[in-house]
Amino acid sequence: MPMSHIPIIPIENPQVEVENLNLYYGEAQALKSISFGIPKTNVTALIGPSGCGKSTFIRCINRMNDLIDAIRIEGALKIDGENILDPAMDVIELRRRVGMVFQKWNPFPKSIYENVIYGLRIAGVNDKQVLDETVEKSLKRAALWDEVKDRLHQSAMGLSGGQMQRLCIARAIAVHPEIILMDEPCSALDPRSTARIEDLIRELRGEYTIIIVTHNMQQAARISDYTAYMYLGELIEYGPTKRIFTKPVKQETEDYITGRFG
Amino acid sequence: MRQKFWRQGEPYVWAAGLTLTLILLLVITLLSVVVVNGVTIFWPQQAILAELTDGGRVLGEIKQKEQVPHGEEWRYQFKTGNREMYGLDFRWIDASLIRTMHTPPEALVLERLENGNFYGFLRQIRGPDMPARPAGDAADLHEAFAAITPLQNEIKASNAAITRLNAALEQVQGRLAKLRHRQGDSARIAALEQEESALRHRFEELADRLSAQRAVLYQHEALLVDAAGSEKIVPLAEIVRFYQPNAMGFSQKSGYYLTRLRELFFDEPRESNTEGGLFPAIFGTIMLVFLMSIFSFPVGVLAGIYLREYAKDNLLTKTVRIAVNNLAGIPSIVYGIFGLGFFVYGIGSSIDQLFFAHRLPTPTFGTGGILWASATLGLLTVPVVIVATEEALGAIPPGIREGSQALAATKFQTLTKLLLPMASPGILTGFILAMARAAGEVAPLMITGVVKLAPSLPIDTTFPFLHLDRKFMHLGFHIYDIGFQSPNVEAAKPMVYITTLLLILIVLIMTSTAIYLRNRMRKRYAVVDV
Repeated sequence: MPMSHIPIIPIENPQVEVENLNLYYGEAQALKSISFGIPKTNVTALIGPSGCGKSTFIRCINRMNDLIDAIRIEGALKIDGENILDPAMDVIELRRRVGMVFQKWNPFPKSIYENVIYGLRIAGVNDKQVLDETVEKSLKRAALWDEVKDRLHQSAMGLSGGQMQRLCIARAIAVHPEIILMDEPCSALDPRSTARIEDLIRELRGEYTIIIVTHNMQQAARISDYTAYMYLGELIEYGPTKRIFTKPVKQETEDYITGRFG
Repeated sequence: MRQKFWRQGEPYVWAAGLTLTLILLLVITLLSVVVVNGVTIFWPQQAILAELTDGGRVLGEIKQKEQVPHGEEWRYQFKTGNREMYGLDFRWIDASLIRTMHTPPEALVLERLENGNFYGFLRQIRGPDMPARPAGDAADLHEAFAAITPLQNEIKASNAAITRLNAALEQVQGRLAKLRHRQGDSARIAALEQEESALRHRFEELADRLSAQRAVLYQHEALLVDAAGSEKIVPLAEIVRFYQPNAMGFSQKSGYYLTRLRELFFDEPRESNTEGGLFPAIFGTIMLVFLMSIFSFPVGVLAGIYLREYAKDNLLTKTVRIAVNNLAGIPSIVYGIFGLGFFVYGIGSSIDQLFFAHRLPTPTFGTGGILWASATLGLLTVPVVIVATEEALGAIPPGIREGSQALAATKFQTLTKLLLPMASPGILTGFILAMARAAGEVAPLMITGVVKLAPSLPIDTTFPFLHLDRKFMHLGFHIYDIGFQSPNVEAAKPMVYITTLLLILIVLIMTSTAIYLRNRMRKRYAVVDV
């Protein structure tokens, strides 16, 4: 069977492998037997209407769902072959490898400098030189350095929304993760700031595996290499972004991306 | 038009404004009464000599003027002092009975160790080795005091020596009691007994010398007359301070005022607390609040953290939370009774049996003291701190916790690095409330260790320096004591005002410091919500 007719195409050497993942909020099932692979150092976008389980899914990847008592998960989620849902998995170690940027920027009420190195401080790094270098490198990588280099020790609370979100990205990459999860990082930003973050994501591609949840179809089309369309907790279609947006296999996918539904 | 008026809610806004105004007015009235009455007490008033129509003469300060009940006439309240001569300090005189009033410059006011003020005129000064010499002016008295200063210094030195000796004697006696209690080495007991008797001997010698010195001192006397001409002999040693109010200028009066203020802050009370200073009470109040904080702050914050961050949200947690909220509403006297039963009779008696058995039946910790009073107040204020901590932690946006944990921080690291600093302004607010409540609380103290007059402070220079078992004085109790328990309530009234003022000031200073700290932290840890 030619590839172009399979709704969920298999990925060779995936970094993240999802195998028959089911997730329940108490009685309600939020994710239904999801299986697919996410390639390394690419941008993968998750799209779908609100409540389809996109955010719930990416929160499984760094086990953020652990914070909620009522959640029960079945199946396997492997990163480099290791099942991270295993109760024996060291969550702290996992979160060092999987960073996350949230929908609502959440810089800490500390200086810009301390925000960037928060992850390092937590890990016990106190070498001034290492910290200084990390701050500069991460802020440059997050395209924020030029704007804040003269006020590194001022409170991060004085930044604009877009700058705060870029600071959160800098904070995430400061600990050198392999994967960065982004949960609608631009949904509360104006178009200019959105464009800057998109540029940034394109630049980070190739170095980090980025998994991004977005409501904005154009954004998914612009920045991602692969796109997964989810609906009501199920993975409907998954493949290279180009194919999903030009020749979707499933009717539901086409309806959603053309705006007939959603 | 009318509908719009109601729809915009104008009347409600007015009602809200009016209520606030009323409350403000009440507070301002209370404060101004206390401040006006408290601040003016030490300003010397004119001594007025009134000649009465029946030929009598009265000297004193006019305290009040009011209309005679059921009449048109006015009457004056004179503070005439000379309690041991007249029986009372105050006297009401109808204006119609007064022929003339003037202010003789030579009128003298004496503040004495006993029997309150004396109002009158100086006639003679005499000493043991000098003949009586006529005198009339305060300057003569100053001279006489200069003459007895060396003697007074000798007495002071003897007193200090006796105090030291006393402390040494007490220590030896304490060790002796311990040894006897344990039935220890008889040779050592004998040695200690010998030491004790030597000390006792020395003590008696010193006491004899002191009483001889005192006797000489008391031979220095001043002969005075009151307005009516009755003579009165006052030993100079009995005079605390003297002044001629009618001859004083502004700067002299200011000097007098400052002297009295210094006495208020730094001296011991006299005359069953109606005169003298408030130092032990100020000290006791501040130390009490300080110790209370040591108890209630850590306990309250830790309990609050556990309840909010670690306890599962189940029925038990909810019950605990409700119980904590209700604890804040229990009458303070109930806490006092609990403190007496649990801390004093429970823990205190056990401590005595374990560590101070040799002193029994005299209790050490098994009786009220500053430690147990602070613990009781700590218990009383813990609910406020718990609630404040919980609320402050709950008010932190969830994104902060998620952000921190997503960066591989543990729950504990998140708590110490982010949540606690961010919650600190809220926690401090609760702490301010707790402190203000503790400083003003009197009822529970009355059964857990406060006393009318404490012989020594809870901190002093004798080992072990910090005496948490000691009883203490407290400004709040002081107000109650001198205002309502004093044998001479009228004379104590000024002291009630000044004590109230001081208590309010102390609470104000402590809470302002905490508010300042809180605002600094609030600025530092503010989260911008765009």
